[in-house]
Amino acid sequence: MKWKKICSLDDIVPDTGVCAQIDDKHIALFRLAATDEVLAIDNIDPFSRSSVLSRGLIGSVGGTPTVASPLHKQRFDLRSGHCLDDESITLTTYATRISKDAVSISLA
Amino acid sequence: MSTYIIIGNGMVGHRFVEELVSKNLHIDNNIIVFGEEPRSAYDRVQLSSYFNGTTANELSLVTPGYYEENSIELRIKERVTAINRETQTVTSDNGEIIPYDTLILATGSVPFVPPISGNDREGCFVYRTIEDLEAITSHAKNSKIGTVVGGGLLGLEAANALQNLGLETHVVEFAPRLMAVQINDHAGECLRNKIESLGVGIHTSKATSEITDGKNRIHKMVFADGEELETDCIVFSAGIRPRDELAKSCGLDLGERGGIAIDKHCRTSDPHIYAIGECACWNGKIFGLVAPGYHMARIVAERLDHCEETLFKGFDMSTKLKLLGVDVASIGDAQAARRGARTFAINNEIDGSYARIVVSKNLKYLWGAVLIGDCSTYDMLLQMMKNRIPLPSNPQDVILPATSEEQSLGPDALPDDATICSCHNVTKGDIVDAIKNDGIVDLPSLKSCTKVATGCGGCATLTKKILDNELEKQGIAVDTSLCEHFAYTRQELYHLIRTEQIHSFGELLEKHGTGLGCEICKPTAASIFASCWNEHLLDTDKAGLQDTNDYYLGNMQKDGTYSVVPRVPGGEITPDGLITIGTIAKKYNLYTKITGGQRVDMFGARVDQLPPIWKELIDAGFETGHAYGKSLRTVKSCVGSTWCRYGQQDSVGLAIELENRYKGLRSPHKLKMAVSGCTRECSEAQSKDLGVIATENGYNMYVCGNGGMRPRHADLFAEDLDKDTLIRYIDRFFMFYIRTADKLQRTSVWMESLDGGLEYLRKVVMHDSLNICSQLEEEMSYVIDSYECEWKATINDPEKIKRFRHFVNSDESDNNVLFVEERGQIRPATADERELQLANTSA
Repeated sequence: MKWKKICSLDDIVPDTGVCAQIDDKHIALFRLAATDEVLAIDNIDPFSRSSVLSRGLIGSVGGTPTVASPLHKQRFDLRSGHCLDDESITLTTYATRISKDAVSISLA
Repeated sequence: MSTYIIIGNGMVGHRFVEELVSKNLHIDNNIIVFGEEPRSAYDRVQLSSYFNGTTANELSLVTPGYYEENSIELRIKERVTAINRETQTVTSDNGEIIPYDTLILATGSVPFVPPISGNDREGCFVYRTIEDLEAITSHAKNSKIGTVVGGGLLGLEAANALQNLGLETHVVEFAPRLMAVQINDHAGECLRNKIESLGVGIHTSKATSEITDGKNRIHKMVFADGEELETDCIVFSAGIRPRDELAKSCGLDLGERGGIAIDKHCRTSDPHIYAIGECACWNGKIFGLVAPGYHMARIVAERLDHCEETLFKGFDMSTKLKLLGVDVASIGDAQAARRGARTFAINNEIDGSYARIVVSKNLKYLWGAVLIGDCSTYDMLLQMMKNRIPLPSNPQDVILPATSEEQSLGPDALPDDATICSCHNVTKGDIVDAIKNDGIVDLPSLKSCTKVATGCGGCATLTKKILDNELEKQGIAVDTSLCEHFAYTRQELYHLIRTEQIHSFGELLEKHGTGLGCEICKPTAASIFASCWNEHLLDTDKAGLQDTNDYYLGNMQKDGTYSVVPRVPGGEITPDGLITIGTIAKKYNLYTKITGGQRVDMFGARVDQLPPIWKELIDAGFETGHAYGKSLRTVKSCVGSTWCRYGQQDSVGLAIELENRYKGLRSPHKLKMAVSGCTRECSEAQSKDLGVIATENGYNMYVCGNGGMRPRHADLFAEDLDKDTLIRYIDRFFMFYIRTADKLQRTSVWMESLDGGLEYLRKVVMHDSLNICSQLEEEMSYVIDSYECEWKATINDPEKIKRFRHFVNSDESDNNVLFVEERGQIRPATADERELQLANTSA
C-alpha cells in the first residue's frame, strides 16, 4: 500500500473536514475528535457535482460517523461511503493513517 | 339512484355536500348544487379578515376540484326561480327545468335593510358577501366618515371593518344598548365605553327617519328625535331576514315571522323538501349562527343515509367573539329571562371588564353568562352550563379572578358526551377515542382526525387541555427531542445552556446528550451559544458546529462558491461606498445584484478569495452583513421625512439605528425588519418579523409578519410609541423569541404556536406578566455590547484565516468551479457547459 502524506493533524480543526488534491482528485478528510481518527471520501458532492463535501457537518447516525452535504443535507456514511438518503449512491472511501501527527492517504 | 338538488352554496349548503360525500351518498346519487353568488362557498364568519388582507381564495371553503372529483354538479351564478312541488322539479333562471327526488333549501338570509327613505342611495351598503366588501372598500377610498346602522353583533363587525378602512366610524342603534339580543343593560354599557374609547361614535335609541343629501358629507341621516349625522358611507347591518321567497311561492309553510318552517328532522311541510341553516325556522326561531346550520346539515344527511338519526331540538346560541378588539361572550340565558333566575355580576371599572352569571334559583346550576373585556372563563362556563355541572358553594367564584387551581374546571370534570366543538359536533369522548385508538399525540393530527377546532377555532384551548390531560393519564411522553443526540427541545437546550453556563458543544454533549451530534443539533447549539455568549463562531471549539454558511461567513451557492454581502444599514450608502463595492466586484470578477434587503450581493467568490475581498471591504469601512446567518439581516427603510413630502418621521435614521443595534444578533431563524416613514408603507414593514411605521405621534410597532413561502401579515402590536419605548419593546420581543422559539421557526410561525397569541405576547412584553423583562433587556444589552464584526475578527486572526483555502495540501483554487458569461457577468456553468469546457481544456 502506497501512502501519500497530505498534511499535519493540526491542519484539520477537530470535528471538521478539509479537501486534499491528489492528482486530479478532490478528496475530503474528516477529523473525528471522539475516536481520534481521520476518515476520507470523495469531496465532489454527487448531487450537485460541486467540490464541497469537506465543508459539511460531521455527525453520527446510530454509531456510524456521517457527513451531511452542505448544499442539500444528504448524509454519507464516512466508513462505507454509502449515501443514507439515496441507496443508489456510494462514494469512494480511502484508507488513511496518522503517524507522528502526519496524515496520509492511500489511493490503492 | 336519487337526485338531490341543493339550493344555496353558502357555508351550510357546502357543509351539507361534504356530509353527503362523507357518507358516500354522492356515489350512487345525482347531486346538483345551485349557487347564485359568483364563487363557490366561502367562510362568511371570517369575512372581516378580508380587510386585513385575506384574499377571496383564502376565504374559500372549497378545495379546488372538490366538486368535480366527487362528480357533483355545481352551478355557480345560477338561480332557481321556481319550485314545482307537484312535478318535483325546479326551474333555473336560464329556463332549464330539472327534476328532483329530494330538495334541500339552504338559501340562507339577507341583511335586513330598515324601510327608511333614501336607503337605496349610492353609498349605502349591506355586509354579507365578498362583493359587498369590495363595493365598500372602493367607496371608502373617497370617504372620511362611515356609519353602520345596527349595533348588534354583525353591526359591530361592520364597524370594525370601516375603522380598518381608515374611516371615522359611527354606530347607530335603534335599541337603548348595543348587542341588545345577547347581553344585558349593564354589559351593553361596558361594551359601549370600551368601543367609544377606541374612537367609534355610538348613538343608541336612535331611529333613522330619512337619509338625504348632506351639507359637508355625502349623506345626512335624520333621526326621529330631530338630531342629524352627516356621513359618506352607510352600511346596514340591522339583523338578518331568512331567504324564504322560493318556499313561499311554492306554498310551503312559513314561520310566523318568516323562515321556512321545519320539524325535528329539518323537513318542511313537503316531505320531499328540507330546509337547513338561516333560512329555516324551527319552533318559531331562526338560528343566525353557522354551528346550528352545520348541525341541521348533518341531520338531513343522516336521514338520507337512513342511518341512526339525530333530531333537531334547538341549539345553544352561546357565542364568544372579538368585536373591535373587545372580547365579548354571551352564554345561554344571558338576559336572565328564565323564571327564578338569579344573577351575580362583577363590574371592574379599572380595566372596564364586566362579567355576569345567571344561575338557578337554588344557586346550584349555571344558566347563562355575559362576559365583556375578558373571556378567559368562557370555555369553562359553557361546559358547566351544557353539562349541568354543579356550581361551587359560592357561585361567584367561577367569575372571580382565579386564586387557586381548584376553581378552574379540569378536563376530568367533563362528561364524555360533553360537546367540545359545536361547529363539528365533536365530543370529549371523540377526542379521547382518537387519542387512545389512533395514537394521536399532537393538536394538528387531532384536528385532522376529528375536525375538532377547525371551525371557528374557539375550542382550541380546551381541546389542547383535554389532549394534554389524556396523554398524561396514559403515561405517554410526547417525543419532542431535537434529534437522536438530545432528548430536549431547542427551548429546553437554551435553558440548560443559559442556566448551566455551558459554552461548548463538548460539554453540552457530555452533560445532556449522546453520540457525536449531527447537522441538526450542532447548528442549533451554535446558534444558542451565539445568542447567549456571543463568542466568535470560528473559535476552535465552535468551528465544527457551524453550518458551512457560518463556517465560511458567506452563503454557499450551488457550485460551492460563496456570496459576499457587506452591511448597508437602512439601505443608505455613499457614492464612495458604491464605488468601493463596484471596484472590488470588478477586481475579483464577481456577479453583482441588488437584493430585496436594500444592499448589494456579490456572487461567485471562491473560499480562498473571501479573506482578501473582505479585507478590502473592511479597510473601506464596511462590516459583515450577516447574510449567511440565522440572525438579523437588514432593516429596510423608505426615505422618510428628510426628503419625502409625506414622511412623518426620519425612517432612514431609525432604520440605521435599529440595524446597528441588532446586527449580529443570532436567533432561531433569520430576522428581517423595516421602518416606514408613513402609512403608505413603502418599506413593506408589515411583511417583516418586526416592522415600524411612523405616525404623527411616534411609531406603530408590528410583529411577526413574513413574506416568502408562507406570507403572513404582521400584527399591530402597539401604537404611537416614543422611540425609547419602541426600542425597549423590540429588545424584549426579540429576546423572548430567542428564548422560546423552536429551531428554524420564524416569528410568524412562533406567534401562531404561542398559547394566547398576540394578547399573550403583549402581556409578556408590555406588561411584564412573566416578570422577565429586565432579564430580557439585560441579555440583549450583553449581546449588543459584545458585538464585533465577525469578518474583521477573522482577517485579523491568522489561525482562522488558514481555513480559507480549498485544498489543505496546495494553494490552487478549486478547478471544479466553472463560469460562463451571461448579460455581461459571470454565472455558474450548467452541466452541459461544464462538459464542453472540460473537454476543451483536456483536448
